[in-house]
Amino acid sequence: MKPVISVEGLRKSYGALAVVKDLSLTINQGEIFAILGPNGAGKTTTVEILEGFRTADNGLISVLDTDPAIKGPAALAWRNRIGIVLQSTQDTAELTVREALSHFASYYSNPRDVEDVITLVGLQEKADDRARTLSGGQRRRLDVGLGIIGRPELLFLDEPTTGFDPEARRAFWILIKQLKSEGTTILLTTHYLDEAEALADRVAVMNHGEILEVSTPALLGGRADARATISWREAGEVKSEASDTPTEFVKSLSARLGGEVPELSIHRPTLEDIYLSMIGATHE
Amino acid sequence: MSNQLPGALSIGIKRGGLEIKQFLRQKESVVFTLLFPLILLAIFGSVFSETIAPDVTFSQYFVAGMIASALVNTGFQQIAIFIPIERDLGALKRLRGTPMPASSYFIGKAIVVTVSMIAQVVLLLAAGVAFFGVNLPTQLDKWLIFAALIFLGSLVSTILGVAFSSVPKNARGASAIVSPVVIILQFFSGVFFIFTDLPAWMQQVAAIFPLKWLTQGMRSVFLPENFATREIAGNWETGRTFAIIGIWLVVGTFLAIRTFKWDRD
Repeated sequence: MKPVISVEGLRKSYGALAVVKDLSLTINQGEIFAILGPNGAGKTTTVEILEGFRTADNGLISVLDTDPAIKGPAALAWRNRIGIVLQSTQDTAELTVREALSHFASYYSNPRDVEDVITLVGLQEKADDRARTLSGGQRRRLDVGLGIIGRPELLFLDEPTTGFDPEARRAFWILIKQLKSEGTTILLTTHYLDEAEALADRVAVMNHGEILEVSTPALLGGRADARATISWREAGEVKSEASDTPTEFVKSLSARLGGEVPELSIHRPTLEDIYLSMIGATHE
Repeated sequence: MSNQLPGALSIGIKRGGLEIKQFLRQKESVVFTLLFPLILLAIFGSVFSETIAPDVTFSQYFVAGMIASALVNTGFQQIAIFIPIERDLGALKRLRGTPMPASSYFIGKAIVVTVSMIAQVVLLLAAGVAFFGVNLPTQLDKWLIFAALIFLGSLVSTILGVAFSSVPKNARGASAIVSPVVIILQFFSGVFFIFTDLPAWMQQVAAIFPLKWLTQGMRSVFLPENFATREIAGNWETGRTFAIIGIWLVVGTFLAIRTFKWDRD
């Protein structure tokens, strides 16, 4: 199967500052791909080049078999096939949810049904309310609605859940998974590691303009093979030990302490632990 | 399922409708936009009560300038200030990410400006006739010239506003940059004063820009035929007026397309 996005040797500098250095990646049809990285890692620049908002200095870039730097009518035909959800915008404040969606639908050759999108993003109750009266989370769902109204094959999601409460975030994840189940390829940038873990098929960790690793959330940074940390309370103090065989360790611990181990916990590194160690490692 | 994208004109007309709807929902700006020319007419009409020529009151002279000036305020000034706001809000970037053609965006702006102009002209003329003794033209050809000036004037003013919108770096600076340009142009073009009383160099500078020609064209509509002899050329120069507006329309469209900025930085 042809990749939806393929990038080889992408470079971008602003003056003397190299923001993206020789970046290559492939994103396949139907996958959710997350790019993680600290501020200034080059995520936004990379994504904006893929969205056609900026041009690369160098590199072979193909998004839906098209160079995003394309101009003219062919660029519009290409944009007809993608959806972009940018960071928070307030531009449709005076329009109702339904008006904004209906209007944006008129830009595309084969848009989704407006009522379907309203239901999909869970704004049925708010369909006739002005956008400026929406809460942050509702506003964000409208942004996503505007991003998917054109039935995109590829959806860019930039920090989609910043400022959400935990409940809204989980509702949002269900929406994204539903889009994936309909075959939409999604490129996600996020600061939330739990979000990447819950949604992404693969993640790329970026720092200083380079991709450090691309992997599944479960395997990133050797996470699956990492040692587990066992901690418990013994003789009035908390003890901990790292082990490759935590089950064996707990068994012998239990035997030694005579049954139940006080305050036992076994901790495997979270995606966040792995991510932070990767980012930290490159600072040195 | 069709892969045919909707046409630029049809999207442009939808954008015009949407922009009008958004404009009407901001009540304060509706009131201000519609009342501002009336307030100016009231002030100038009360301050200068003398006549300029037999049958030509200052109000009569000034109403021509006011309408030309409203074209510049509604088109050039509002567009060149509002586009940087839309740019700062991220509205333009969002549009850039869709298959909406840039021309549709410009068409939408031209529609909202033209509709707003028609509303202002109707109010201004109604108030002028009712309270300031303004006489309306009686010949059909004057009204046709008037309609053409409103339509082409709205277009040229809009497109030059779009072209100028890339000059202000951000929304906060936009008003400070755009307003003086408009005010100076208004003084130079004989909106607030009698054009022939201005120094020659001012007249020559003004002759480069469309406002002077729009104002002169409006005088040809609202002033008696024999007043033409008091113009600098000794006649209304109607052909030249439309030629210069046409040139600016072409130049403005070219500049707007070449320089338009969808995003900050």
